[in-house]
Amino acid sequence: MVNKVRIATASLAGCFGCHMSLLDIDERLIELVAQIEFDRTPLTDIKQIGSCDVGLIEGGVCNAENVEVLKAFRRHCNILVAVGACAINGGVPAMRNQYSLAECLEEAYLSGSGIDNPQIPSDPELPLLLNQVHPVHDVVWIDYFLPGCPPSADTLFTFLGELLSGQPIQFAYRQIRYD
Amino acid sequence: MVEDKPKQILQNMLNDRESDPTHLLQTLIEVQQAFRYIPHDAIDRLAESLGLGRAFILGVIEFYSFLHLEPRGEYDILLSDNATDQMQGSRLLAELLARQLDVGIGGTRGDYRVSLGYTSCTGMGDQGPAALVNGRAVTRLTSERIDRMVSLIEQAIPLDQWPAELFAVTAGVVRRDIILNSDYSAGAAIRRGLEHGPEALLDLLEQSGLRGCGGAGFSTGKKWRFCAGAEAAEHYVVCNADEGEPGTFKDRYLLQAHADRLFEGMTLCAAVIGARRGFLYLRGEYRYLLETLHKTLQQRRERNLLGHSILGRAGFDFDIEIHLGAGAYICGEESALIESLEGKRGIPRNRPPFPVIQGYRGMPTVVNNVETLANAAMIAQHGPAWFRSVGTAQSPGTKLLSISGDCERPGIYEFPFGTPIGEILAACQAHHTQAVQIGGAAGRLIPPTEFGRTLAFEDLATGGSFMVFNQGRELLKAIDNFTRFFSHESCGFCTPCRVGTAMLVRQLGKVMVGHATTKDLDELATLGTLMRQTSHCGLGLTAANPVLDGLEKFPGIFQARLCSTSFEPSFDLDASLQEARALTGRTDPGAHLEGGGV
Repeated sequence: MVNKVRIATASLAGCFGCHMSLLDIDERLIELVAQIEFDRTPLTDIKQIGSCDVGLIEGGVCNAENVEVLKAFRRHCNILVAVGACAINGGVPAMRNQYSLAECLEEAYLSGSGIDNPQIPSDPELPLLLNQVHPVHDVVWIDYFLPGCPPSADTLFTFLGELLSGQPIQFAYRQIRYD
Repeated sequence: MVEDKPKQILQNMLNDRESDPTHLLQTLIEVQQAFRYIPHDAIDRLAESLGLGRAFILGVIEFYSFLHLEPRGEYDILLSDNATDQMQGSRLLAELLARQLDVGIGGTRGDYRVSLGYTSCTGMGDQGPAALVNGRAVTRLTSERIDRMVSLIEQAIPLDQWPAELFAVTAGVVRRDIILNSDYSAGAAIRRGLEHGPEALLDLLEQSGLRGCGGAGFSTGKKWRFCAGAEAAEHYVVCNADEGEPGTFKDRYLLQAHADRLFEGMTLCAAVIGARRGFLYLRGEYRYLLETLHKTLQQRRERNLLGHSILGRAGFDFDIEIHLGAGAYICGEESALIESLEGKRGIPRNRPPFPVIQGYRGMPTVVNNVETLANAAMIAQHGPAWFRSVGTAQSPGTKLLSISGDCERPGIYEFPFGTPIGEILAACQAHHTQAVQIGGAAGRLIPPTEFGRTLAFEDLATGGSFMVFNQGRELLKAIDNFTRFFSHESCGFCTPCRVGTAMLVRQLGKVMVGHATTKDLDELATLGTLMRQTSHCGLGLTAANPVLDGLEKFPGIFQARLCSTSFEPSFDLDASLQEARALTGRTDPGAHLEGGGV
């Protein structure tokens, strides 16, 4: 049996929608699983990443943990892919960039409506937030960018299929139009 | 907010004009001048009287830098932010001004006495650092002049009572050649045009080889011939005096000292193409010239060089109106300029059709630079052989240069085409020159190894900007300045330019702060090349020139700032947690991030 291609995935500051889209390839998962195996991913619940061929990153970078995870992925993956709008542009989480971090936390934990026992959480278990939400390529080198919110199941399948077969990656127009 | 008196002013303004939507921009500029912003009442009334939608009017207001929806201070100060202004210390002066007036840069003071901000090059590169106060140019700023301005502002002395020396704009001509040395006699060119007829005049222009002085170098004779040959109910002639290319100020001088020649050229063009109306599109930064320009036009009317039956020729009726710009570099592009003349946002049109076929109001229109039109008048008076006596075969005649930056004698220089760059540098007494930016931000960056190249359309074309950087300068700062300029001035119509210019600023910023690796330089080159290939108009096509020329000709200034790793984050990771650390009071190891890349 040939060595399977090892893939890791992570959702940073994202909504898991890109992961849902990956699952949306439906029965073609079976076809895919013949060729790949998963390393660290929410699908396997493996917590530490090992040496991988491909890493798929959903979501932007909003906190210290995101930075650590992203760097670990870069260290362990030969090819790193930014999947979806948030990884590429920061997306919805980056809407907070027009406010200061203090304004965000004060609104959420101190002065917003319906808050009981107002205080800004400071438990060391919690990752600290960055001043701004960043796209992943601000922190590490990214080899491929797969746009969409989320990229459709078809797009993800085409991308992985062509990547695995060593073909140049090309999409049908319908897979990369968003209106 | 609009009280009764301003309401009346507004009503009078509207009554003065026909209800023609092309008047929108000019009316908005007047409203801005009168109220220091565009009140919502004014938008409603304009919408009603011009038959335009509110959203359309808001779109126009937001397009132009000098129009505002929020009130500006009584004294609205904009500091020119070109690379040459910065080299003369403008940023420090801005901070000084901000401190003394107690107002943030980019803000308005609580009592609405004063607003302060930066603006693109105001065309005073030879007498900077410069600023605009309520649209009037203030030159040669020093800390002493700043003190005087602050005291005048705090005493609320009206601008027209400020000492005139603050507003003094000197001509600053250092070198003259055939154009500036030859005499001009008002009406001579028009008379010749009327005597010999349009066909002979077009032949004469084509023989002279005159080419567009805005930088593109299209044959003027051909342009006029195309326009004259286009059948239509009306023809128009437009003078492009939207001299916005950073570092250019030679049109300022022509408008100040030789407006008569320019109007002669426009009238001559009108005679050839059969125009009855002409426009001078004057950049907002030069509104201080408005009064004398109007006076010159009036004198020409009195001498029958404008108006009805010019020089007694029955049926030759032509007059010139002056339209103001409102702080938009893109309006120097001829089709964007026409959109702006029609009162709209200055978005470049698809070309073809070119303006000579479908221009102002869809009619055939000649759009020429100030210098081109003035030269056309001089050629008609002195003949093509005179013009061809200097210059090269492909670039006859001379070019006015606006020389600024690191040289002992900045100013206006008239050089024959074909002059080597080295000779120009010697003339303006530039020493230890590291580089010259020729043709403005959109032009080319020239290293000393290329100083043997010549000023000519077939070698180094320029609209007139010539900025000198000596070896003490950080060239990357100038490249950064130009790149930011384009990002600010992009009209936003096409994605490669709107997004590309913003990405270029970010990517270059990564180099500036020392977070970039060689991969980032590759990205810069890829991005710049993509913009060149895919942008809609000249702005986007040239916006990456400073970066691409820099990478090609001065790779060292980029490489010196690179990290040795393969890739680095674009920001300081640990510093980015500082605010959260302060808010939570945490100091544990988990509250820090290691810097550096992977």
